[in-house]
Amino acid sequence: MAANPLARTPLARLFRRYPVRPPDSGMSRRKSLWENLHLDPWLLALLLLLVGAGLLVLYSASGQSGDTVTAQALRFGVAFAVMAVLAQFSPATFFRWAPLAYGAGVAMLIAVELVGDIGMGAQRWLEIPGVVRFQPSEMMKLATPLMVAAYLGRTGIPPRLRHLAVCALIIGLPVVLIAKQPDLGTSILVASAALIVVLLAGLSWRLIGMFVLLAGAALPLLWINLQNYQRQRVLTFLNPESDPLGAGWNIIQSTTAIGSGGIWGKGWFQGTQSQLEFLPEPHTDFIIAVLGEEFGLVGMTALLALYLVIVCRGLWLAAGAQDTFGRLVAGSIILTFFIYVFVNVGMVSGILPVVGVPLPLISYGGTSSVTLLAGFGILMSIHAHRRLLPR
Amino acid sequence: MPPRLDTLKNARQELRIFRFRALLALVVVVALTALLTGRLVYLQVVEHDRYSTRSESNRVRVEPLPPTRGLIYDRHGVLLAENRPTYNLTLVRERVEDLGRTLERLVSLLELPEDDVEAFKRRSRQRQRPFQPALLMSDLSQAQIARLAVNRHRLPGVEVEARLLRYYPEARIMSHALGYVGRINADELENLDAGRYAGTHFIGKTGIERFYEKALHGQAGLRKVETNARGRVLSELGRQDPVPGRNLTLTLDTGLQQLAFDLLEDRRGSIVAIEPDSGEILAMASTPGFDSNRFVTGIDVEAYQALQQDIDLPLFNRAIRGHYPSGSTIKPFVAVAGLREGVITPEKTINDPGYFQLPNDSRRYRNWLRWGHGKVDMERSLAVSNNTYYYSLAHDLGIDRLERQLGAFGMGQRVAHDVQGESPGLLPSREWKRERYNQSWYPGETLSVGIGQGYLQITPLQLATATATLANKGEWVKPRLARKIGDEPLPRDLPDTPEDIELDDPDGWNTVFNGMQKVLSGREGTARRAGKGLEYAMAGKSGTAQVFSLDKDERYDADELAERLRDHALFIAFAPADDPQIAVAVIVENAGGGSSHASPLAREMTDAWLLDEGHLPDDDSASEDRASSGEEG
Repeated sequence: MAANPLARTPLARLFRRYPVRPPDSGMSRRKSLWENLHLDPWLLALLLLLVGAGLLVLYSASGQSGDTVTAQALRFGVAFAVMAVLAQFSPATFFRWAPLAYGAGVAMLIAVELVGDIGMGAQRWLEIPGVVRFQPSEMMKLATPLMVAAYLGRTGIPPRLRHLAVCALIIGLPVVLIAKQPDLGTSILVASAALIVVLLAGLSWRLIGMFVLLAGAALPLLWINLQNYQRQRVLTFLNPESDPLGAGWNIIQSTTAIGSGGIWGKGWFQGTQSQLEFLPEPHTDFIIAVLGEEFGLVGMTALLALYLVIVCRGLWLAAGAQDTFGRLVAGSIILTFFIYVFVNVGMVSGILPVVGVPLPLISYGGTSSVTLLAGFGILMSIHAHRRLLPR
Repeated sequence: MPPRLDTLKNARQELRIFRFRALLALVVVVALTALLTGRLVYLQVVEHDRYSTRSESNRVRVEPLPPTRGLIYDRHGVLLAENRPTYNLTLVRERVEDLGRTLERLVSLLELPEDDVEAFKRRSRQRQRPFQPALLMSDLSQAQIARLAVNRHRLPGVEVEARLLRYYPEARIMSHALGYVGRINADELENLDAGRYAGTHFIGKTGIERFYEKALHGQAGLRKVETNARGRVLSELGRQDPVPGRNLTLTLDTGLQQLAFDLLEDRRGSIVAIEPDSGEILAMASTPGFDSNRFVTGIDVEAYQALQQDIDLPLFNRAIRGHYPSGSTIKPFVAVAGLREGVITPEKTINDPGYFQLPNDSRRYRNWLRWGHGKVDMERSLAVSNNTYYYSLAHDLGIDRLERQLGAFGMGQRVAHDVQGESPGLLPSREWKRERYNQSWYPGETLSVGIGQGYLQITPLQLATATATLANKGEWVKPRLARKIGDEPLPRDLPDTPEDIELDDPDGWNTVFNGMQKVLSGREGTARRAGKGLEYAMAGKSGTAQVFSLDKDERYDADELAERLRDHALFIAFAPADDPQIAVAVIVENAGGGSSHASPLAREMTDAWLLDEGHLPDDDSASEDRASSGEEG
């Protein structure tokens, strides 16, 4: 506790008392190997299966580049290590560190706003040259729901109206900052991760209804505040054929890739759309189109089924958590994971606009994998640090 | 410390809330997964065929393989039209790292003026698709190609592309006969067989290139290739080779053609030479000529207007489109007409007082010799070119019979087999005059036609063809420019050949021939000076065509005016008279009398063919023929 520099602040005082049940007086049964490692073997196996399948697809999507696959495997190595390390901390630690992580994240977002690097038309990166390049918005994907869960875990659920006002503040601050970068995709994901916490916490249906109405009314406002390229994406989504060589190209080519795969697919390395470079970004955001083209409906359904099983296991673990904070965090992590899958597959198959969300644990790239597996680390920590009652 | 009861109660309630919400979330997750699966089923099962087709058409491209155009040779195998590789400089912008520096480097490498950087920049933007090469410069020199090759590694995205372009090595003298190819224009495109012409950019516009377009062009092939999104060809999936165009061997003799041009020098005129027995056109010159190569690459507007507005009309093919009064060169044909219609015999003589008068008409139609030639028979009428004899003969024939018989020699109609754009000339008749002027035919007009004036207009090709038919004693062989199409020789007898001209008494031919021989070798012959020192029997007939009027739009100074008002000089000839190997028609515009100004040119032509090129038949057969014809003389 002494290590926490915020320990004496009023904010920290609010969180000092962690509502746990007292330890059992012995008689707990012998812990298994997995319990000692604080890892869930089922979830781990499913994740490894997913990552393995992803590497196979990546090998084809990258034009059979062994280097790309090796680099990605190494990243996963790091990401799984991060997961394993995070799983060793107790949920209490996350509870205590949530405000610090959140506060630091917001501070960095402000720093990015002031001095950030401009890449791909948006300010996203904070860089200490030669040492580290860091995307604070990525961290907020975990820190924001943690903060909301910690707050609601402290106040108890279902949340009262004034608690919701605080939640809105906690969520709104980073979301607005990220949207200003501008990175609409990430800000929506951060917002939804945090909103899921509030929804799981039992937000009343009347408030949900009001919120939906408000959101609908706010849509035109949002449209006015969108950047030109973001509006273009939405317009293109509504009618891809309007700009077949420009922005519509991606959607036309990805749906063509998936559709031409048929039921059984064209075979590994046989997808002409991806191998002949018609498909844009075949190893990052649009990698699922490669799977769809080469492995067909069978491959796609198998992948979706695997994701579904992972989500079910995650929800099961969440439901088994022993306190509200743990349950809310675990539920938010696993459902956000699903939102990634839905948004990515929806966008590549043409039922959602292109928003630049990678396919979890399949798309090439390090940052998102680390964030996702860090989330699974927290999930496993919540599961593995239950105090078990004797049978 | 035992847990407080309400805390426990709260905890249980909180767990209940969460589990209910989590269950709802699971339902939503399953529903959304079902939605995605439904979308995938739609794409991959329901619409599979559509996307499958789209993916195929993405990757497979059909590329045309244009055929190589057939070459054109003269009768001795001299190349007249070839396909020369030219080199173009192209640039693919997507592969260029620094456009500005690359263009500057190119300008200095190719030693072009600095201003070309701007032009290069403009051209580098001219393209329709990404990765499509833009044409920066065409027809690079060898030195430029070499410099580009050496510096290639420093110029990524810059390519030298080879293309075949039509080239005419003998353009100046062959331009009218050969014609030229040019870029296919919008009108032509509409009427073309698109499959046959896929990938072809040029088409025959005039002359032989136009007439034999089908044979010369060949048939386009195609190949199916697999390409990536950048249009790069990765592999060939199928191929149908193009059928190259067929080579053409012409009847033209480059040496004789060159001579015809040299003889006409800087005058306006035309010389056409035909081998009577085969109908092969040996030379077909029209001066002044032009450089047809400039039309292949696309001539600039200024140069084209200069050619079009040139008073000497270099683009005008006089040999096949020039309308001239035949002058006295018509007389041998009128003589044959009289014999055929039986209105005269070779022996019949007339008395020429220097003029001819129609019955009940005081007007005198004059002979060119004011005091007359006295007693004139057919042979002498040709040798001295007596007008009165032909006034009388024409009057006896009447326009109807005269028109029919001159028509039998091909006048007033297109005579050649494969000459593109030939004009039929004008052979006047009663019907024609009524249609044209709504007037009846006057007998005096028949007299004009009888000496090759008046309404009659012929082309040099027609005159040469009629001469060749005369030399053949009436046997028609259609004149032609092609000898062989590929390996297939053109048959001697072609469709639509006019009927042969037969005389009841074939000796009539000899009378005409003897009269024509005397033109060159007779004591009184009009062209006896040109006939000096002849090593073979040459038959000829001079002609002088009056230039009556001048187009009022034309303007020139007094000297020029006088020059353009002078008579056209004409001469027809064939030789040897007893076994004709060549028939020639010469027309020199505004040169004066044909007997002195056109006959030497005809002589040079026959000399060159018979003596220099060795087409004089050996003495045995020739002397035999000469013996038989000598009896008549």
